[in-house]
Amino acid sequence: MIREHDAIVVGAGGAGLWAALELAKAGVDSAVLTKLYPTRSHTGAAQGGVCAALGNQEEDHWEWHMFDTIKGGDYLVDQDAAEVLAREAIETVIELEHMGLPFNRTPEGKIDQRRFGGHTRNYGEGPVMRACFAADRTGHMILQTLYQQCIKHGVKFYDEYHVVDLISEGGDLGAGGRASGVVAYRIADGELAVIRAKAVMLATGGFGRMFRVTSNAWSLTGDGAALAYRHGLPLEDMEFYQFHPTGIVGLGILLSEAARGEGAYLLNKDGQRFMERYAPKLMELAPRDMVSRAIYQEIRAGRGIDGKDYVYLDVRHLGRKKIDEKLPDITDFVRVYQGIEPYTDPIPIQPTAHYAMGGIPTNLNSQVTRDAANTVVPGLYAAGEAACVSVHGANRLGTNSLVDLLVFGRRAGRQMVLDVKGADMPAVTEAAAEPVRAELEAFRARPKGERKEAIRTELADVMMDDVGVYRTGEALERARAKVDELRDRYTRVSVDDKGTTFNTDLLEAREVGYLLDTAQTMVAACINRKESRGAHSREDFPERDDVNFLSHSLATKGADGAVALDYKPVTITKFQPKPRVY
Amino acid sequence: MQIELRILRFDPERDRKPHEESYQVEAGPMDRVLDLLHKVKYEQDGTLTFRRSCAHGVCGSDAMLINGRNRLACKIRVDQLKGRRITVAPLPGLPVMKDLVVDMESFFAKFRSVQPYLQADDPDPERERRQSAEDREVFDDTTKCILCAACTTSCPSFWAQPSYVGPAAIVNAHRFIFDSRDDHAADRLDVLADGDGVWRCRTIFNCTDACPRGIHITQAILEVSSKIVEHHA
Ligand SMILES: Cc1cc2nc3c(=O)[nH]c(=O)nc-3n(C[C@H](O)[C@H](O)[C@H](O)COP(=O)(O)OP(=O)(O)OC[C@H]3O[C@@H](n4cnc5c(N)ncnc54)[C@H](O)[C@@H]3O)c2cc1C
Ligand code: SF4
Ligand code: FES
Repeated sequence: MIREHDAIVVGAGGAGLWAALELAKAGVDSAVLTKLYPTRSHTGAAQGGVCAALGNQEEDHWEWHMFDTIKGGDYLVDQDAAEVLAREAIETVIELEHMGLPFNRTPEGKIDQRRFGGHTRNYGEGPVMRACFAADRTGHMILQTLYQQCIKHGVKFYDEYHVVDLISEGGDLGAGGRASGVVAYRIADGELAVIRAKAVMLATGGFGRMFRVTSNAWSLTGDGAALAYRHGLPLEDMEFYQFHPTGIVGLGILLSEAARGEGAYLLNKDGQRFMERYAPKLMELAPRDMVSRAIYQEIRAGRGIDGKDYVYLDVRHLGRKKIDEKLPDITDFVRVYQGIEPYTDPIPIQPTAHYAMGGIPTNLNSQVTRDAANTVVPGLYAAGEAACVSVHGANRLGTNSLVDLLVFGRRAGRQMVLDVKGADMPAVTEAAAEPVRAELEAFRARPKGERKEAIRTELADVMMDDVGVYRTGEALERARAKVDELRDRYTRVSVDDKGTTFNTDLLEAREVGYLLDTAQTMVAACINRKESRGAHSREDFPERDDVNFLSHSLATKGADGAVALDYKPVTITKFQPKPRVY
Repeated sequence: MQIELRILRFDPERDRKPHEESYQVEAGPMDRVLDLLHKVKYEQDGTLTFRRSCAHGVCGSDAMLINGRNRLACKIRVDQLKGRRITVAPLPGLPVMKDLVVDMESFFAKFRSVQPYLQADDPDPERERRQSAEDREVFDDTTKCILCAACTTSCPSFWAQPSYVGPAAIVNAHRFIFDSRDDHAADRLDVLADGDGVWRCRTIFNCTDACPRGIHITQAILEVSSKIVEHHA
């Protein structure tokens, strides 16, 4: 069956919903496709806050926010993009308040703000209160508010439609073609729907599920990024993956940096606030890559709790009132998932795989680009964690992802509004569904093959152990061999469920393939980057190397199935790269 | 320890009616029911079907009937359930699509019916609308809803009368009726004063007990009811 809309948005997290809202408000015939009900998107899990230099609590300026973003990203940030981010953070946060978001309030009734890692006053002098928040469920409120507005503005949703392929005309997407629609699998009954459109936006979120310990939802399997890659588009800066310092041991469930923003300590087994040795000025509020490395160093030096692989997050001295008012959800997680009472006991934590700085390359208007010259792919847009503008560079600052969704989701929507006017509807036929139909059928047709589950777990293990907080050439080569082996085994995966009704067995098999693609590009980009920058920390190349590596990587699928790497320069406007100390 | 998991299963392509299947799984006390469901799906039978995403109680995907009560599978631990046998069934009162997956369309339609979005008539100011911490506190509790449907599908009034708008929709109406920035409380009160609105609530408190977010649902319903009385007086 063929359907048609002028614009379609794939993904109903913060980025997709804001774009959809712009389209609906402008009266464009548009729709959102999402494999989860919109309110199940992982934006709803975001806790701590969204930064904007409102200056409600103390003096602040967007230029300071811009600088912090660039320095936090170890100078791999495109500075024109960081400027857009820091400026438009202010108006988008205000707009969210107008949409009804219930922010915490200051005594004057303004939006309340708190401290967050790496956000400083006057270019690094000390922490600043910049993170706007709604308790420790800011993402939940953003997701709900945007969804509410979508209802108000009559946005059309295809709920539980799993997009399984991208369609183009005039050649593949990486070869000059124009995006012309998607193929979506209706989860309820297995129907493959072809939807053609003049504009297609990818807002499918991250891919943390390639790691064993992660804060990411089961659904975060890199679908949009992998589909783009399969159609010849590059993935940018895939080697930069953030490990958040404070995840619940073993499970990876996140305990927001907001805890440290409110004053929580990190302690080793000697009860020492070890961050004083790594970042004397910002202490626990140093950027995440540094804090995660510090925790690993402590553990390696035998100063983990009981000599084990975790340290403590301590909120006890904050007092019950502050804990209940500012950190109710995360302390509840600790009670439910660790059986610990945070009022009276310190919380065992370890770094957890959290956020992809890299993704589908885009320009400032959220248009996807396909090469080092930033050539625009007509009709294709991306924003949110799936995309790479790049505002996060080598390491994202806390709260900047939510800002990214708002600012570049909005820009994507506005750009699509402009672009669909006057564009003609591409000629797409039902035949567009055939390649992916065959791929899906193959899973069902194989009698008894490899189990997708084994492949996913083995992938998660090797990525965690060899492509984690610290990396070496040797470990990365091991990971490459393992990923290649898993890719080979993946061609023989079979599923138990052969039916058409709500077949999650089949769709999960598909998702494992996306994880393998994104992991493959990550490993290749890691091997080639022989320096340490931000979240990419090579023990065999411990220094940052601006002469050879002040550039974004672009990983493209080579003819032989291997990853081909290219590089493009970083845009530098106001701030020349400096050593990064806090 | 070994746990017996008894799951109510139904595949419309194969079964004429739901039937219980039993699975033995190895589990620790801190494991959650979701972990056990994954063990069955990944180690024993890939056809077992359920929704899940966040795995820590914030997305609302995996509400189901566990040992006779509606809960999130990812938020209930084996040790909390006490005993070696755990029963799992889909949420009651909604059509079953397959195994533990129910059709949520009617639930979301009711949510949409209460105008769950801010409607402020004054033009947007340049900066944020002011709101005192006290005014915000009035509706704080009902902003926590994750639309999991545990409340509505635990309500005997809903089972008896499926057209009842249900606790979840009232919770979300409450969130806006009591927001000092909103000017359209009256419209929502009219919707809820209707025959399928708040008056169907018999204060049985099943909803409040079921809510994984700890929302004081019955209280919110009572607050909305009083507001309707006030409004129509
Ligand atoms: C626990 C946690 C806490 C966080 N806290 C913060 C914070 O305090 N501040 C901050 O700035 N950032 C935070 N982040 C990061 C931030 O929340 C995410 O990066 C961001 O929400 C991603 O939003 P998104 O719109 O890109 O995608 P998501 O919200 O992940 O949504 C992805 C959407 O794509 C859809 N989708 C995916 N694949 C398909 C497909 N094949 N077909 C159809 N639909 C598909 C899904 O259904 C979903 O709707 C946090 C992240 C986590 C995990
Ligand atoms: S009120 Fe509670 S139980 Fe009801 S839908 Fe919302 S979160 Fe779920
Ligand atoms: S999986 Fe998200 S609430 Fe349980």
